[in-house]
Amino acid sequence: MTRLWRWLGIAVIAVPVAFFIIWALWDNHPLFLRTLLNGVTLAALYFVVASGFTLVFGLMRNVNLAHGSLYLLGAYLGWVVGQITGSWLLAVAAGFVVAALVGLVLQVGVFRFMPGQDLRQTMFTIGLSIVLADIMLWIWGGEIYQFDPPALIFGKTPMPLIKSYPTYRLVLLATAIVIGFVLWWFLNRTRVGMMIRAGVDDRAMLAASGTNVQMVFAITFAIGAGLAGFGGVVGGTALSISPGEDVRYLLASLVVVIVGGMGSIIGAAFGSLLVGITEQFGLAYAPTYGVVFTFVVMTLVLAFRPQGILGRKA
Amino acid sequence: MDEKRRLLGRSVIGAAVAIALCGAVHAQDTIKIGVVAALEGPFAAGGQDCIRGAELALKEMNGMAGGKKIEFIKGSSDATPDKAVNATRKLVEQDKVQIMIGPLSGDEGIAVKNYSKTQPGVTFINGSSGAQATTLVDPSPNFYRFHTEGAQWMVGLGEHALSKGYKKMYLIAEDYGFPYSQVQGFMASYCAKGGHIVGKSWVPLGTKDYSSVVAKIPNDIDALLVVLGGSDAVNFLTQYEQAGGDKPMVGGTITVDQTVLNFKGKRRESLVGTPSAGPMADVLDTPEWKKFVAGYKANFKDGFPSPSLFAYLYYVSTRSALEGLNAVKGDLSDGQKKYRAALQKLEWNGPAGPVKIDENRNGIGTTYITEVVKNADGSLASKVIKTIPNVTQTLGLSKAEFQKMGLGSRDVPSCP
Repeated sequence: MTRLWRWLGIAVIAVPVAFFIIWALWDNHPLFLRTLLNGVTLAALYFVVASGFTLVFGLMRNVNLAHGSLYLLGAYLGWVVGQITGSWLLAVAAGFVVAALVGLVLQVGVFRFMPGQDLRQTMFTIGLSIVLADIMLWIWGGEIYQFDPPALIFGKTPMPLIKSYPTYRLVLLATAIVIGFVLWWFLNRTRVGMMIRAGVDDRAMLAASGTNVQMVFAITFAIGAGLAGFGGVVGGTALSISPGEDVRYLLASLVVVIVGGMGSIIGAAFGSLLVGITEQFGLAYAPTYGVVFTFVVMTLVLAFRPQGILGRKA
Repeated sequence: MDEKRRLLGRSVIGAAVAIALCGAVHAQDTIKIGVVAALEGPFAAGGQDCIRGAELALKEMNGMAGGKKIEFIKGSSDATPDKAVNATRKLVEQDKVQIMIGPLSGDEGIAVKNYSKTQPGVTFINGSSGAQATTLVDPSPNFYRFHTEGAQWMVGLGEHALSKGYKKMYLIAEDYGFPYSQVQGFMASYCAKGGHIVGKSWVPLGTKDYSSVVAKIPNDIDALLVVLGGSDAVNFLTQYEQAGGDKPMVGGTITVDQTVLNFKGKRRESLVGTPSAGPMADVLDTPEWKKFVAGYKANFKDGFPSPSLFAYLYYVSTRSALEGLNAVKGDLSDGQKKYRAALQKLEWNGPAGPVKIDENRNGIGTTYITEVVKNADGSLASKVIKTIPNVTQTLGLSKAEFQKMGLGSRDVPSCP
């Protein structure tokens, strides 16, 4: 009986989606394919930022609501480095390093003293994000910044069926896939990855077996924060950076991690795809209500699978 | 003890009389004017320039109007209607201002107009908000707008687009009141003269990723009509360029501003020749405009390189309020009856053309059609190519014709 209900539930969602796809392909297939590709590449950007968030929030259970501020800080400082050196690659590196350093300071200086205290962590990081947002507004003002990527990855690439597609977004997609694979490999196949997972499950036991738990956690936090800063420069190149982006990416990361399941890299990939594709299809086919669809997806997932698509039961 | 208490009593009475006298003297010599602008939130930079515009108008008259000293009391909003009403309410009810100037943005204006109906003793003068409905739907007898609004700013741009051979266009605009008005101002004449807007994309304000909107733009069009604010416009242009788009563009009043002209993308060159329209232009060849710009630059070292649209509109509004006071020699008695009659009749030469109002107390003014040109040093600027005087709120149509069309919205007007 329960199995029947589940199949019914899936059918209620899948049948209209299937009809929509058939109609959209028949109506204007280049638009459909382009929108799909846009959704996937936007998902790539969300994944880069949210995978850092899932490391910190999902795995280590540190509520870091300043993740968006790290994104924006990495982007701004990356922009400064890019202006001085004239190199886009150095800007990307700077974004990662700066955010990772700030993350390291946060873990060693703050989060170490409040493990497991969600409310204190929340209050602290909200306060921090407000302060950082104001400082950044003070230094860089309300203007719009954009990065100039190397000419090689700017412009368009010829594609079958849809003629051409912006090269940079394809590069973004490839980058996200590489990051996703490396992270998965790091967590599941390396010694440090094993330590991280062990530390999350039972910190005292890991410490007793002679591992420096604080060190392990500091490294994890730094990588998570660094990915946010990296995302800042990469995302600032695809779109642009301006005040308010911090909140946008924090919200996107939260939705992605909740939909995908906390602490799972593959879950974050699934979540990003779902959120990115929904957002782009909303914008193309029903622009006025585009924003709503993302939250409809989140509500549906929370209603039927509260732990997220690939999340473990708490 | 008794002696002491009596002394205290006398002192209190004496002090009260002294304060009352001072107050009376104060009230005779000064007129309090409240100024509300959005000094917080997304329009904070523009809001600051509003205040500069208002202060410039007062400074030019040496802080006096109608033989009385003028005192500004400032209030701040964050561009949301409730915050604007709260700030206005505080100035009116607590500080007892006699004249109110503000607010900045469209929806705020409608909210303050509604509040003005509950305060018939105070005269409200719109700051820079440009929603059509403020003065067109259910106008308030003590609410004045001396400048023109969003739809009026686009009058004539439709004909200009047609003269450039743009017969089929696609619209990309933000989904709220001000762009609705702007698009109506454009389409009213564009549709009537045989142009076609083959499709419309209304996107949420602050959209960053336009790639799917770009994917939707059909190939068989002549040009794009883009009514987006500064940062949204930059994002759209970059992504359109990356996707290989090459159609020319026609911009709204706040689309082709300095942020867009200075943006560092590779599509900058293709902006040359982009037409746009508005109630002013960066460069006007009249003595009034030159004097206004010179005054702005001399007084505000921390201001923009040249006065923004907001500074200009607040200047016009404030100057009108002060000119009205001059006309009645500062007489605000009898429920400000004489003052309001003077405002209704007021006509003066503003920095960008004559200032006067219609029977709904909305501005009738000049609209400038501009095009982006390249300066000798490679920088881009907008240059006036056509001037349209006496633009009314019914966009040059008769009242009946305008009412048949209705106010601008997502679907009105339509000519696919």
